[in-house]
Amino acid sequence: MRLNLTVNGRPMTADDVWEGESLLYVLRERLGLPGSKNACEQGECGSCTVYLEGVPVCACLVAAGQAQDREVGTVEGLADEDELSPVQRAFVDAGAVQCGFCTPGLLVAADDLINRVPDPSDAEIREALAGNLCRCTGYEKIMEAVREAAAEKTGSSSEGGRR
Amino acid sequence: MSPRSSSTAPTANHAHTRERGAPMSNTHTTPTHRPQHLDEEIAGGVGESPLRPDGSLKVRGDFAYASDLWAENMLWGATLRSPHPSARIRSIDVGPALRMDGVRAVLTAEDVPGRNLYGLKDLDQPVLAEDVVRYRGEAVALVAADHPETARRALDLVEVDYEVLEPVLDAERAAHDDSLPRVHPGGNTVRYQPIVKGDPDAEADVVVSGTYTVGMQDQAFLGPEAGLAVPAEDGGVELYLATQDLHTDRKQTAAALGLDPEQVRMTMSGVGGAFGGREDLSVQVHVCMLALHTGRPVKMVYNREESFFGHVHRHPATMYYEHGATRDGDLVFVRARLYFDGGAYASKTPVVVGNGTTLGVGPYSVPNVRIEGWGMYTNNPPCGAMRGLGAVQPAFAYESQMDRLAEELGMDPVRLRIRNAISRGDSTPSGQVLDYPAPVAELLRRVRELPLPRESTAESTNPDIRDLPGGASNTTHGEGVVRGVGYGVCIKNICYAEGADDFSTARVRLQVVAGEPIAMVHTAAAEVGQGLVTVQQQIARTELGVERVNIHPNDTSVGPAGSSSASRQTYVTGGAVQAACRAVREQVLERVAQRCGDPVERLSLSGGKVVSETSGVLADLAEVLGSEVVEATREYHHRETFPLDEQGHSERAQVQHAFSAHRAVVDVDTELGLVKVVQLDCSQDVGKAVNPDAVVGQIQGGSAQGLGLAVMEEIQVDGGRIRNPSFTDYLIPTILDMPPMNVDVIERGDPNAPYGVRGVGEPPTISSTPAIVAAIRAATGKALEHVPVGPEHIVE
Repeated sequence: MRLNLTVNGRPMTADDVWEGESLLYVLRERLGLPGSKNACEQGECGSCTVYLEGVPVCACLVAAGQAQDREVGTVEGLADEDELSPVQRAFVDAGAVQCGFCTPGLLVAADDLINRVPDPSDAEIREALAGNLCRCTGYEKIMEAVREAAAEKTGSSSEGGRR
Repeated sequence: MSPRSSSTAPTANHAHTRERGAPMSNTHTTPTHRPQHLDEEIAGGVGESPLRPDGSLKVRGDFAYASDLWAENMLWGATLRSPHPSARIRSIDVGPALRMDGVRAVLTAEDVPGRNLYGLKDLDQPVLAEDVVRYRGEAVALVAADHPETARRALDLVEVDYEVLEPVLDAERAAHDDSLPRVHPGGNTVRYQPIVKGDPDAEADVVVSGTYTVGMQDQAFLGPEAGLAVPAEDGGVELYLATQDLHTDRKQTAAALGLDPEQVRMTMSGVGGAFGGREDLSVQVHVCMLALHTGRPVKMVYNREESFFGHVHRHPATMYYEHGATRDGDLVFVRARLYFDGGAYASKTPVVVGNGTTLGVGPYSVPNVRIEGWGMYTNNPPCGAMRGLGAVQPAFAYESQMDRLAEELGMDPVRLRIRNAISRGDSTPSGQVLDYPAPVAELLRRVRELPLPRESTAESTNPDIRDLPGGASNTTHGEGVVRGVGYGVCIKNICYAEGADDFSTARVRLQVVAGEPIAMVHTAAAEVGQGLVTVQQQIARTELGVERVNIHPNDTSVGPAGSSSASRQTYVTGGAVQAACRAVREQVLERVAQRCGDPVERLSLSGGKVVSETSGVLADLAEVLGSEVVEATREYHHRETFPLDEQGHSERAQVQHAFSAHRAVVDVDTELGLVKVVQLDCSQDVGKAVNPDAVVGQIQGGSAQGLGLAVMEEIQVDGGRIRNPSFTDYLIPTILDMPPMNVDVIERGDPNAPYGVRGVGEPPTISSTPAIVAAIRAATGKALEHVPVGPEHIVE
């Protein structure tokens, strides 16, 4: 089948998609966007987390056809060209990246959190990221990174909100 | 243009610093001859925490992991695996699979072009099973097809006729019962090693004993096994892959393919974690066979289920311990028998037995010892390397024993440990004198002094249920919840042991690009996430005084680095990079010395300048180099080690030892048996923190894996079959399971090691587990002789 969807703001088309393929497979193998990762392919590890119509989902659990005419956002779309997004910057600065395989999914999940919740508590951060497994870091530096990104986000939005 | 010959690397075996007599200024962390007025320091050297060079790529999703690779006209490979733990193969019919649309090749053992055997220590494992299969999951046939799903479906069409045999499933029984079937023709014992010291039959005032078992743990790295093989015009093959050790892979792969090693060229792709699980071959030979057979690029990527069958695991162990002590708490003897289940193939089992027995009393001074270790073949899943190799299992046992002894003596468990702690100048049970700092007592004192959480969550007036055992499952609001505190300390050997010369090689090139001196470091040492790329940059900055350091992709065009395991890479590859940088520096300084008459010893490189001790800045490095390329290749060999004799004695069986201590605070719902680790603190001696932030990251990550073993991680093996090969059923800690940590790093440099470093990665995985179990015991009063501890052990 032919699949039309919008990824990171750009209309894209994939041809010869087999009906059994996941959105993750299409992104990685047909659209040249391997940033979303394939660690478990059964919705347990969160490393394939992408935005589907603005909502974080495991791309491995979305059938490709379900993404027809939908908006998808991946880790590749987080940065503004040269400028890393706040969560990306914070993950690099805090040392929250080791092997980095979980990072793309965590970034999308963390980006979603700080967009939804202005000043998340530690408990809220842990709950929001509980679906993303990381085997390298022990999560401490991920906590630091998300706190930092949230603080930066709050700081800049309150500045922007000043009258 | 200067002749390039002057920059040609001295080839292999320019070993250095095997002799320790030479003056070593390398425990200093800054260039020693920097004049006070020269303040142009190069940031990001040894001892600082520069950011990792691959961080931006990784957060952008642009870092190319092995599973991300793609080539024009590429096929997908898949592996058929044995459904039986032990069976004879009567016949294989590949015809129906070959006839399936889209299938390009189906290969079996008959198609292995070279030696159908491989193995890290013993050559005992076939690339594809020939006449028998020895474990459920053993590779039997390969398929290449246009689409991964086509390849997977074709596997169902390969017809294998098996005669099912009785499997050997009990390692302890296999050690003593000769009537069991032989898994391999040579018998079921991979290694037996005793360690005897003093009077092994000594008696003591107080004796405690216990039987401890450790479940099979999985490395659970997130990036699945993957590789892309591209056939080359010379009949060889290019393999892009994720591994821990390119050269060992190449040696084994070339032999299996019947090719010269030069015809098998390997390049490292992004590695999504390793933790020991990438030491043995997985896709390497298989994907190359398919590529050579079809003449097309072939990619193989395991899914998570196959990953559980496609790599080795941590050895499950059964351990019988008896500790004797005086009334005052001085250890008199330790007697132990350790049984490690190696599964169907040897892999690292011999090393597990060596480490397990030599480190089997823990970081304590014990006058009388008898430890026996057995590593056995069974028809269970093969076990091999995992972080803390062979030291994790006995640490759970000996630390449980120390707590039991403390209780028997009515003594504080930390005091008992400190009283018996090993220290510099003491000898291990195998007779090796620790000729470097061994601050075990200090670590215990320090970890005890780290701040404790203020109050029990259960006792607070308005607890957040997410902080309680059971969390958002809302199983308690504090009723039945009891707090416990426990301690653990451990010893781990660093680098390979018992006579292995696991050296590393580095090529360093210094040249001017766009007016700026730039160093290029080239090694085959695997960056698996630990931050070795950052460490190499830091060393080059410190040694060469240049800011820009590029890391060449890892490949087999430079000499071996050995495996990214045994907490060894900062030590040995760090040592090789240091040596190569110093050789480059020497060449540069000699030229300047000739020109200006200052002796080389008075010159140094700093801040992109050549500096004289007496006359200050002499020249810009860029100016001195001009268009020349200065290059050197060096090997680093750690000091020699020696095998254990029949009594387990050796003057020096191991290169270095590392120590860490943990304190765990847990809340246990004693009615439901649910555990919440509230806080996990660690003190560790790292010799020299080359990159302090990365060191803390290693300690946090290692502690999390120890937490996993303590309370959740176990591959369930039943009748030789893995019952939980998925992240749905094999649980690893999430961000909700991992508590905040206080991490206390001390630096008691090892005079034998480059910059004084001590391996960092493994110890925190070892001492965290017994600390957490001790805390659960403190809360529940249960004996808890198995890890992982489950609710069924708490609520009986």
